[in-house]
Amino acid sequence: MQEFLTFTIIGLSTGAIYAVVASGLVVTYTTSGIFNLAHGATGMLAAFTYWQLRFDWNMPAPLALFITLFVLCPLFGVITERFVMRGLQGTSEVVRLSVTVALFAFMIGLANWIWPSDSSRKAFTKFFEGNTVSILGINISWHKLITFGCAILVAIVLRLLLFRTRMGVAMRAVVDDRSLTELNGGRPDRVAMFAWALSAMLAGLAGILLAGEQQLNIEPLVLLVINAYAAAIIGRLKNLPMTFAGAAVLGLLDAYYLEFSDKSWFPHSIMGFGISGMRASIPTIVLFVALLARPQTRLRAGIVRFREQNKVPSWSTSIMGAVALITITIAISGMLTRSNTLLLLNGFTFAIAALSLVPLTGYAGQMSLAPLTFAGLGAIAMSKLPGNGNLLTLIGAILIVAFVGALVALPALRLSGIYLALSTAAFAVLVTKLVFNQKQTFMSGNIAVPILDIPFVDINTPRGRLILTSIAFSTLGLGVVAIRRSRLGRRLIALKDSPVAAATLGMSLTRTKLAAFAISAGIAACAGALAGDKVSPQQFDFTQSLPIVLLAVVGGVGTVGGALFGGLMLGGNSVLATVVPTLKNVAKILPGTIGVTLGRNPNGAATQIAEAYRSLMNKWGLLSFVTAGGIGIWALDAQYVISHWAFFISGIFWLLAVTPNLLAIVNAPPVRRIIASIYLAIGVIVAISIDWDNAVDSTGKRLIALILLIALFGVGAQRLTEHAPRVHRASPDVIGLTTAFTDEELDHAERELGVVL
Amino acid sequence: MNQPILELQNIRASYGSIEVLHGVNLSIGRGEVVALLGPNGAGKSTMIKVVSGLLRPTSGQLIVGGRDVTGAAASALARAGLCTIPEGRGIFPNLTVRENLLMATFSGHKLSDIEERTYSRFPRLSERRTQLAGTMSGGEQQMLSLARALATNPVILLLDELSMGLAPLIVAELYQQVAAIAAEGVSVLVVEQFARTVLGVADQAVLLAHGKVQVSGKASEIGEDVLAGAYLGS
Repeated sequence: MQEFLTFTIIGLSTGAIYAVVASGLVVTYTTSGIFNLAHGATGMLAAFTYWQLRFDWNMPAPLALFITLFVLCPLFGVITERFVMRGLQGTSEVVRLSVTVALFAFMIGLANWIWPSDSSRKAFTKFFEGNTVSILGINISWHKLITFGCAILVAIVLRLLLFRTRMGVAMRAVVDDRSLTELNGGRPDRVAMFAWALSAMLAGLAGILLAGEQQLNIEPLVLLVINAYAAAIIGRLKNLPMTFAGAAVLGLLDAYYLEFSDKSWFPHSIMGFGISGMRASIPTIVLFVALLARPQTRLRAGIVRFREQNKVPSWSTSIMGAVALITITIAISGMLTRSNTLLLLNGFTFAIAALSLVPLTGYAGQMSLAPLTFAGLGAIAMSKLPGNGNLLTLIGAILIVAFVGALVALPALRLSGIYLALSTAAFAVLVTKLVFNQKQTFMSGNIAVPILDIPFVDINTPRGRLILTSIAFSTLGLGVVAIRRSRLGRRLIALKDSPVAAATLGMSLTRTKLAAFAISAGIAACAGALAGDKVSPQQFDFTQSLPIVLLAVVGGVGTVGGALFGGLMLGGNSVLATVVPTLKNVAKILPGTIGVTLGRNPNGAATQIAEAYRSLMNKWGLLSFVTAGGIGIWALDAQYVISHWAFFISGIFWLLAVTPNLLAIVNAPPVRRIIASIYLAIGVIVAISIDWDNAVDSTGKRLIALILLIALFGVGAQRLTEHAPRVHRASPDVIGLTTAFTDEELDHAERELGVVL
Repeated sequence: MNQPILELQNIRASYGSIEVLHGVNLSIGRGEVVALLGPNGAGKSTMIKVVSGLLRPTSGQLIVGGRDVTGAAASALARAGLCTIPEGRGIFPNLTVRENLLMATFSGHKLSDIEERTYSRFPRLSERRTQLAGTMSGGEQQMLSLARALATNPVILLLDELSMGLAPLIVAELYQQVAAIAAEGVSVLVVEQFARTVLGVADQAVLLAHGKVQVSGKASEIGEDVLAGAYLGS
């Protein structure tokens, strides 16, 4: 009994921390509609900051607490709202969630950078370490009492704030009707800022309390948020008392599991499967159950118009793209060193994983946070199935994983948006904790995935595998294009655009969703099955899936090119870290930094570049200018005026930085036109005139210089020209006419229609 | 002629690249009630959005009380005494009646004053003060949205389609309240698709069609033939 009580106290105090985290999550979700995946990471950063002030710099605890919780946390929240979240109005849930994933990646990278893991780090002690108080014969540390106190205080303050103050009521009012709040004189932007500041404070408080109990580790602090998700979902993301109750239940479950799992009668495996990962999975299981028990959201009628839009890919462009990709890969694969080949190979594998999101997320609008989990299952299937990696084995692996994908989707079918995304996250964590560590699968070690065995072709070299993966990506990409152009593709788009309209037309939403999930899982399986090397379960961890989702969305999840762009970018990011060790830390925060700019370009980068090229069509003057420039650069190379590297760098610069901006420059007002032209000309001259072979000593550094040049001059020129004033006359071509109606024509039309009195 | 309290000078406004208002001129004198009439798609609601600050005009000037306020934020205009009751129901359905009234305190009035004035005008709302506003009947909801105009003593009141979806009897009752507000010296701009309900209350009437003012004059002088012509597009 005594023991039971002790564990109850432990459980409740853990629950108290979950409650504080979850309430912060609820505050931002209800006021801005953004489910902040980075909430736990905020708490983690706050805990590290507090540690820095209190234990490393020996500040007194009250001062350190004040600075962390009442100065830095609110400041962080305000900055996040102002510069990241505010741009997200009118974007789809996929983009919004991706931005918080980006923030998450950014913060973890930042923490790793500033506070690299260090065993000699000073301890993070509890508040009033060593002091306990005895209640009913049970010793409770003061820290736990403070934790309880904080949770109760948070509950009371939030209740008073949300229901008794005008700011709190305004926070709820914004959810109801944003513009009406403005008409009442409220300022929604300030309300949102306040909510984010408050939420960051709550995350920080929980982070500090938890760090006192569990020491300072990035991962547990960040994943704390998964437990909080479960609590928040129990509270349906809006009901605070239910959220608190859910948090208490979670804390208790965890504590009791800890207590009973030590008992001799407690099973250590069920039907041959070890359940050592069970404890860590409890919150996930609760999350899953809470999601499934959730009443179905009503389908929203009407058209939801998002800012992202993608064109239907044409066959000619797609096939040309696929052939070009394979040709270029074969051409450059001979020039690459072994390590660069492996890095590029990695990029293509990421690209296939990102491609799996195109039909599911890009077309059907269903968010999945588990692409790599399916890749991991694919790798297992490929190595366990008979046939030692021939084509049939691959097909078998794809079919099995596609089937699993459909099975997973089955319970998740009634969910949508954020709830669906969370359930896929729960699935990913469950598979990682319960399946990947079994002796039948990875046995917490490496397994060898056989190389695809194609008759008469030897691909047992990195180069061979690189070419194989590029062919696989192209083939799968064409498959995805074929889906988009088919009846199924139109159904997927309909599912995204208006589920209500699709359902009233007699389309089965369930079957369409199942198909999308199965296809996506099948494509993702290829990413694992084609690994052709030793793989470890860490490669398929849930946290590894997040950057893929993120960069797929950044690249443009609605297009095959976007998936390629995203995958290669992720691969290229690790190039950055290996080639230039000093930039390792920048590489850590890079994906996150790129992602938070999504609010500006929800279509993704690939689409943007493609759009710029499309707009050049039929503009013969500009096209000849582009061609002339390209020939000019080539001529300089052919005449040995510039080196091959200068040719390569200036050529890419010409195509990616200059060409997409040409039309905007021509259309810009005179002053900007001149400035932007000079600016780009400087970029070209820099790219051509530097003696790259001698000035920069490694391939990687040259590539990075190229990326920087494009970013600096390409994006710079884009910013220079984009402020051109827009013409706001009723544009006749919008309504399908080439010229506006004259008054006489209008009179005539009215007479014809008989509407003249 | 007194100095106009609200003036629109050659206002153009558009959604994206589609222009809806092609240069609208309008002026409302102090204490005047102006009815803004016009068929569907004439640009009436767009005009309310421009005046209330929710939509920034692409060109032209918005002048309130002699000051150019073009481009001012809706919240700033609201605090300055411009009360807008938007189309549909101008209430927050998931807040209680009392919390809805609390939102009106951004105008600078105390909650207790607002509550007192509201409940004396609409005793029915007093019974429902802790009820979620969205669960009340349509008429009660519209009373609540009018309560903001009644209790905060605005300088200008903008009303957009007050009658939408309500029974004629309730509409008549609500327009009596509008008349009472106007009698206190508040300048009112009323948008209404059903001209006859509003012409009895208004001093001036403005006919908007195809994004331009077609006719404007004394409300009593706007005849059936003018209305029919504008609505049916001659």
